[in-house]
Amino acid sequence: MPRRVSRRVAGSPGLPAAQGLYDPAHEHDGCGMGFVAHLRGARSQDVIRNALLLLENLEHRSAVGSDAATSDGSGVLLQVPHAFLRAACAAVKPKIALPEAGQYGVGMIFLPRELEHRRAIEHEIEDVARSHGCRLLGWRNVPVHERYIGEAARRARPRIRQFFLSPHGVDLDPHEGSAFERTLYVIRRKIEQAARRLTESAGERAYVASLSSRTIVYKGLVRPSLLGSFYPDLVDPDVATGLALVHSRFSTNTFPSWSRAHPYRFLCHNGEINTLSGNLRWMGVAEERMASPRLPDIQELFPLIEAGQSDSASLDNAVELLVHAGRSLPHAMMMLIPESWEGDATMPQDRRAFFEFHSSLMEPWDGPAAVAFTDGRQIGAMLDRNGLRPGRYVVTDDDFVILASEAGALPIAIENVRAKGRLRPGNMLLVNTTQGRIVDGEELKNELAGLHPYRRWITEQRITLNAGSGKREAGSEAAIPEMPGHTRPLTQRQIAFGYTSEDLHTLLAPMAATGEEPIGSMGNDTPLAALSERPQMLFGYFRQLFAQVTNPAIDPIREQLVMSLGMNLGPRHNLLDATPEHARHIRLEQPVLTSETFAALTGPRLRAAIVDTLFRAKGGAAALEGAVESLCAVASASVRAGAELIILSDDGVDAKWAPIPALLAVSAVHHHLIRERLRSSVSIVVKTGEARDVSQIALLISYGASAVYPWLAFETLTDLVRRESVPHSDSTHAHAAYIKAMNKGLLKIMSKMGISTLQSYCGAQTFEAVGLSRELVQRHFAGTSSRLGGVGLDVIADETSRRHARAYGLTTSSLRLDDGGNYHYRVQGESHQWNPRTISTLQMATRSARYDTFKEFSRAADDESRRGSTIRGLLEFVEREPVQLSEVEPASRIVRRFVTGAMSFGSLSKEAHETIAIAMNRLGGRSNTGEGGEDPARFGTERNSAIKQVASARFGVTTEYLVNATELQIKIAQGAKPGEGGQLPGPKVDATIARIRYSTPGVTLISPPPHHDIYSIEDLAQLIYDLKNVNPSATISVKLVAEAGVGTVAVGVAKAHADLITISGDSGGTGASPLSSIKHAGVPWELGLAEAQQALLLNGLRGRVRLQTDGQFKTGRDVTIAALLGAEEFGFSTAPLIVEGCVMMRKCHLNTCPVGIATQDPALREKFAGRPEHVVNYFFFVAEEVRELMAQLGFSEMDEMIGRADLLRQSARPLHSKARTLDLSPLLHVPKSAFATSVDHRARRMVRAQDHGLSDALDHTLVKLARLALEKGESVRADLPIRNVNRAVGAMLSGDIARRFGQEGLPDDTILFRFSGSAGQSFGAFAARGVTLELNGDANDYVGKGLSGGRLIVRPPKGAKFLPDETVIIGNTALYGATGGEALFGGVAGERFAVRNSGATAVVEGVGDHGCEYMTGGVVVVLGRTGRNFAAGMSGGLAFVLDASGDFATRCNGALVEVAPVMDQGDVDLLKRLIERHARFTGSARARHVLSHWNDAVRQFVRVVPTEYLRAIRTTLETAARQESERHG
Amino acid sequence: MPPFLTLRRATPKREPAGERVRHWREFYEPMSDPALREQGARCMDCGVPFCQGDTGCPVRNVIPEWNALVQRGRWRDALEALHATNNFPELTGRLCPAPCESACVLGLIEQPVAIRTIEQAIADRGFHEGWIAPQPPRFESGRRVAVIGSGPAGLAAAQQLRRLGHGVVVFERSDRIGGLLRYGIPAFKLEKSVLDRRIAQLTAEGVRFRTNAEAGLSPTIDELRGEYDAICLAMGAESPRDLLVPGRVLSGIELAMTFLAQQNRRDAGDAIDPAGAIDARDKHVVIIGGGDTGSDCGGTCLRQGARSVRQFELLPQPPKDRADTTPWPMWPMQLRSSHAHDEGCEREWSVSTTAFSGIGGRVRHLHAVRVAPETRDGRTSFAPVAGSEFQILADLVLLAMGFTGPRREGLLGQLGVELTETGTVRTDEAHRTSVPGVFAAGDTRRGASLIVWAIREGRDAAAGIDAYLRSERPSRRAAGQAECGAPR
Repeated sequence: MPRRVSRRVAGSPGLPAAQGLYDPAHEHDGCGMGFVAHLRGARSQDVIRNALLLLENLEHRSAVGSDAATSDGSGVLLQVPHAFLRAACAAVKPKIALPEAGQYGVGMIFLPRELEHRRAIEHEIEDVARSHGCRLLGWRNVPVHERYIGEAARRARPRIRQFFLSPHGVDLDPHEGSAFERTLYVIRRKIEQAARRLTESAGERAYVASLSSRTIVYKGLVRPSLLGSFYPDLVDPDVATGLALVHSRFSTNTFPSWSRAHPYRFLCHNGEINTLSGNLRWMGVAEERMASPRLPDIQELFPLIEAGQSDSASLDNAVELLVHAGRSLPHAMMMLIPESWEGDATMPQDRRAFFEFHSSLMEPWDGPAAVAFTDGRQIGAMLDRNGLRPGRYVVTDDDFVILASEAGALPIAIENVRAKGRLRPGNMLLVNTTQGRIVDGEELKNELAGLHPYRRWITEQRITLNAGSGKREAGSEAAIPEMPGHTRPLTQRQIAFGYTSEDLHTLLAPMAATGEEPIGSMGNDTPLAALSERPQMLFGYFRQLFAQVTNPAIDPIREQLVMSLGMNLGPRHNLLDATPEHARHIRLEQPVLTSETFAALTGPRLRAAIVDTLFRAKGGAAALEGAVESLCAVASASVRAGAELIILSDDGVDAKWAPIPALLAVSAVHHHLIRERLRSSVSIVVKTGEARDVSQIALLISYGASAVYPWLAFETLTDLVRRESVPHSDSTHAHAAYIKAMNKGLLKIMSKMGISTLQSYCGAQTFEAVGLSRELVQRHFAGTSSRLGGVGLDVIADETSRRHARAYGLTTSSLRLDDGGNYHYRVQGESHQWNPRTISTLQMATRSARYDTFKEFSRAADDESRRGSTIRGLLEFVEREPVQLSEVEPASRIVRRFVTGAMSFGSLSKEAHETIAIAMNRLGGRSNTGEGGEDPARFGTERNSAIKQVASARFGVTTEYLVNATELQIKIAQGAKPGEGGQLPGPKVDATIARIRYSTPGVTLISPPPHHDIYSIEDLAQLIYDLKNVNPSATISVKLVAEAGVGTVAVGVAKAHADLITISGDSGGTGASPLSSIKHAGVPWELGLAEAQQALLLNGLRGRVRLQTDGQFKTGRDVTIAALLGAEEFGFSTAPLIVEGCVMMRKCHLNTCPVGIATQDPALREKFAGRPEHVVNYFFFVAEEVRELMAQLGFSEMDEMIGRADLLRQSARPLHSKARTLDLSPLLHVPKSAFATSVDHRARRMVRAQDHGLSDALDHTLVKLARLALEKGESVRADLPIRNVNRAVGAMLSGDIARRFGQEGLPDDTILFRFSGSAGQSFGAFAARGVTLELNGDANDYVGKGLSGGRLIVRPPKGAKFLPDETVIIGNTALYGATGGEALFGGVAGERFAVRNSGATAVVEGVGDHGCEYMTGGVVVVLGRTGRNFAAGMSGGLAFVLDASGDFATRCNGALVEVAPVMDQGDVDLLKRLIERHARFTGSARARHVLSHWNDAVRQFVRVVPTEYLRAIRTTLETAARQESERHG
Repeated sequence: MPPFLTLRRATPKREPAGERVRHWREFYEPMSDPALREQGARCMDCGVPFCQGDTGCPVRNVIPEWNALVQRGRWRDALEALHATNNFPELTGRLCPAPCESACVLGLIEQPVAIRTIEQAIADRGFHEGWIAPQPPRFESGRRVAVIGSGPAGLAAAQQLRRLGHGVVVFERSDRIGGLLRYGIPAFKLEKSVLDRRIAQLTAEGVRFRTNAEAGLSPTIDELRGEYDAICLAMGAESPRDLLVPGRVLSGIELAMTFLAQQNRRDAGDAIDPAGAIDARDKHVVIIGGGDTGSDCGGTCLRQGARSVRQFELLPQPPKDRADTTPWPMWPMQLRSSHAHDEGCEREWSVSTTAFSGIGGRVRHLHAVRVAPETRDGRTSFAPVAGSEFQILADLVLLAMGFTGPRREGLLGQLGVELTETGTVRTDEAHRTSVPGVFAAGDTRRGASLIVWAIREGRDAAAGIDAYLRSERPSRRAAGQAECGAPR
């Protein structure tokens, strides 16, 4: 899980040390989990047996490393099995006599194998126990069977022992269990401290898996199915427990780490805490004021969160702290992972107050989370507010409660099922075994809400400032009053703060005019801040991090209900207590302050100290350094003097004083106050002239500011309005629109990290520095990764002073802003790799087929690179014995390694798209469809794209599309906007595009940020498996974007069985993307590629996957360097477009491309002049240049040079001084594999294909059974059993059909399979027409994914006692991206039903949250209740909802749709026909009831239809009618 | 549909040829405000504006920015944006061949944006509205610079330096300020009042002008060195290329510049010595040289009442449209016709003059031969086509064959600055010559070129001089000089 707390730990147990670009801090994991419990806590062996069986059936959600037997880990938590232990302890020598049950604690400990260290810690344990009034009763070696674990696990295996403590000699009442538990907690923390001290040097730290009188944890690097075999204790007939928690892990590394297996002491977790770095820091801050009568010596336990562990383990530490300090387990969970109360208007007031109060105490631990937890008495599970992880449960007649990541993981006879359900976003399932019941969620929350008069406390203590929230009209803000001291002209201040003319006209004015962040297109071809010769803002050295694969980004627009920009200002009080004082805060609805809200802050509510952030402009680095130091000193002095708000202000800038970069000021003060242990007393607010764009404001908050007043931005806006640069606006509206745009942008930046609340984002430091010195980062931005080092305070001071001197130092009478030239090329602005010279020479070379002109181009491009535009420009080749050019493999073989980037038909014109495809097919390279489907007419022709992309909106991803690919690319992220979705505006969706994308002409298409079937690494494994089933011969590739940590993600992706991984650079192009994303997200491919190569090598996995990279590739030199850094294939996008005629207009998003490339306008498409020959020329030129370099480097085969980073070195003579500060050695590091046992594990390139595990697929049976249908078209029927391990059933069969019969498929119902049982994930995925799959039972997530004409029927099995129409029958994300077919579900579906459906017809009896999200076509009938946020982003198709309670509208997202009664006779007929089919095929009682009361029922239905869609349909109809009448007239 | 597809290119209408040859005034009709704004709207605001950069505007005009401002009717802001890079847009707006337009991206698919028209309109409007006011410096630096030559390069350098607070004196050999702008460009292309109003601005800003001051003579080198901290050489590249063929000594064969200057003096009301007067009235005129100066001569001759005007060019006739060898965005080889060709000046291509013959010491005939290009060892020369010799009547011949470089005698020789192979003054990137404290700009450094290059040169040299004055010990020897910026 993401521990973005970089380089803090020299090597956590089992993980190698940070080296090269690899940092073990980036590890992630995903998993399957579950529990089995008896409702009344009856202990039995059944519980543990069933738990182990459940674990075995979740094995496909785990992973194994490079050594096929070494699992990523599994484990079980159970109640202390007293009878068994007593007997076992009697047998050990010396004998241990255990007291009565519950009167002793048992510790499960992993000890170093080395005797000396072990002894030391064992003695320490005895001492610690004694000093806390406990007696060590003895030690027991836990028996294990080594043959059940893999080689790597064996080598890393600790000694596993148990020890027993009894309360003794002190006044401890063992019957008041929690006091004893608390003592054991304290003892464990002390043991952990000792372990750190005593065993760190052993390289394997002693680790206490559990120490409790109630529970015990058995875990390790054991395959889930073998846990009971490895630990024979677990299958001993004497072992009895009333509850058991299990977990199987999928990690993004292959390093054996026994302690990282779950469960922890209270919980196991599936998901990822994205805000961990902030949470840990704030938890450290909270220690400043922590006190609890229950934990009197709490200071001795600091830090309460053990360093260097996973996010789950940290969360576990937080939970145990809150619980031992006196909060109930559910209370603790709700504090840490609160539901989304801010956006929920329907929430009862008291409950809302409960959450609002606790938001004053702590920020949410945010990120996707399904957590199962227990204290040994209560057991429960919950989902975070987003509900992105699955959780299904069953309650049986014999009083068992079984919860798991998948339905059917523990098969239960249907007669025994009393009820079924699923975890829902923000909700909790809690079993109280003492009371013998499931505690209702409402009851629980009401009870907690009544603990204190939270509402009154809040009303009395808190004031809320409406800081111009985007949601409302801004207040009556008048023009900004001129601040005293601001006598200098505006331009002077703008120059001092680095404003350019572009900032005014490209950023601010559009924001003020539209309330949106400005959009741009094409990639970023300007230098990194660290390589630019122009003075850079400090902000520019930071790049946004984003979520990819291991957790999803969020759609902050369509799923706004989970998002919050609320912030609390004021001191944080004792976390372990609750008083009215805790609520004494100023609450901001959003963090961008205006002059009015800023003024309001300094009111009497909080004591504010205003501190100037200025330094002597002519004083250089010394002055800056001194100023920062005294700033910190003043800040801490103010806090000691009682300040509760520190306001950092640079508004005093004048001829003498220059501003300390605001980010430096904020972060330095933030970290200083943390070090001084004063941070909990204050909030930091920054008033700065620097910040103006959204990435800058995000940075300030991410490094500790609670609110930002960008005073100069507002003054500039006022001036722009005066100059009529913001059309039709006054300054009030302009300011409000600017704040609105800023808020949207902030939500977007947070959500691309998967973070929902600004409170959690604050201080989370979700950025990576590129080009800042490690010392500077260590000092003022601790925890941020800055892998190449770079400039220090001296350069920052110099760059600031240069700006200041331009503003105040000149004698000239006129001052003018710089052009900027950051977005658009300007001759006196920032340098661009694509400039008039490179563009025109490349075009001339490829059109005239002249290699000499091409060399002119490549010289210019490489020079541009060397002048500092790219990292590779700073590298040079090591001299080596050359070979003759004639000995080098021919260009025709090299070009086969070339691919073109994913550019959709839709973003490109038909002509431009097909020209590239033809060229690549002629070359033997591969072109990419991009995310827009492909015209079936191109399949099998020269115009076919070899790579078919599968992206989040699955446009036109039919079965036929999938089988016509040689490569299927799963796009996780895109260089220009990683972590973001996209939008194709309605006007660009013409008839052809609509046909190919299965949508409606003129209707906007929305791509969500995440794939809704990939929320974690094991989900990605599932999608890879699905696609491989449909098209077993296709290479499955996964496209990632470079960022710190992409290496570990790549390892996870390799373990998820991808065949090819693409690492895209940050500079890649786009058809449309927010400018801040084009500029500030992701890092160059050199970093990402090298990191991926190193991480794969270290993990011994490089031999299993191919690596590809892309991002502003232009020349043979680019290719050669990428090969040496580890790439086997190379992607090009912008360059071939330039060859086709692109002149970098950067107008793709406006549809006005004058050369007919990025436009659908027929008049402009006529101007297209590109030719495949030109593109072919280009690639051969590049290959020829590669050959020349290969000859120079002495390679005749490209394979030999892959990964030879040792042949690169940092140029000794970079062209400017800033570049000299970078240290590129981490980039060139070639690590030794930790698993160098075989050639495969040492390989630097792919040498062996992945094992996709396709051989066990049930579809092999289905294909055999369907032979007559496939060969002769005869109809085929069969009945089969099915289990949760049978995944993607029907996909391979459908692939076969599509290959033989195309999208047309077979006549309906030609093949009919009837299954019974619980189907695994992706049941009926990509089912083709002619296939009908019936299921008696239930199914897991992704039912009917990509349904492509087939029929799916799921109905409850006969004998079911639960009410089908109230019981979940299929999991989350059904019918994702379905393009056609029919689906009838005789029960309730999970979240995101029919997400992005574009053609399927479905009937279901109820759905969870976000139903019909992003739907663009098809019909959905819901015969029951829907969850929240129905129809969000729905731009096409129809939904009918039976709204019996009449409150559907409150749960529907009305942004795009209208909700109305079903009036139209056509609609009524359609609805009735569908319900009739549903009744017939599923036997639904609900459907029959509706039909039998049709006239009443039909009035309860509402029709949900997108407004734009309705209009488009009407237009189409009217046009048709007009044409008809014209024909007849 | 984007505006660039719906709106057509439009440029100001010219007065009919028959009308305009009857006077010496400029002959373009100004365009209306909406029409100009429409032209601005045709700009595509390119991601990579090729109107800038290597192939585009030498003076680095930020063209998309002021196009956008004009489109929105923000004329004054546009003027400010234009002036930020170009000291004299009213001059380039009239006289520049507009390489920006031939590199304009819209030119790929449509007629390019009428950039030069917009530029001139912005500048003229600025003067008309009175927005163009003097911008005297806020501080005096106490440093002094001598600028030699008052052509566009010298004027641009002078204005830039003055605005940076330096004392600037411009020395002009001639009797009036302006160099080629004053005497080389005919009034019908540039009315001299346009020049005068700009010079008035410079004067008001504190630039001092000394006319009839031949640097090297008066003032002398020592005087310059003694009184100034830096010297900027901007005296053009005046040495004309001559045609040394038999009969060249005949009278009636004149250098283009002599001819054009005389007419400009006449227009300015100066009395011309009848003995040296050159008049095309009722003459058969042949102009040798197919460039802009040749066309200017043609227009002047027609206005003077010539009987016929022919213009001979050595090179073959270029294609009507952009030649394949000069694809977009390069400066296109293509046929360009100027106003003079509408007015009656006839062109002949591939002609090489071999001799003149005359009666009574006056030229009467010109002898010529057709030539064809011949490439040998990568070098193209022009070989006579056998049997194509011809002769035509010519009683006035004007030589408009370009310039060979700055005059080496006089100041350059005295200063001893290093020259390039082509005879221009050698400098580094900061425009420093081989002599400390001496800088060069414009045609003197670059060789004969466009006015827009002259302005750019003047600006760059000023930047170099400013940096020099700030960073190095001044070279001024004169002791006891008061630290006062105002030059005497």
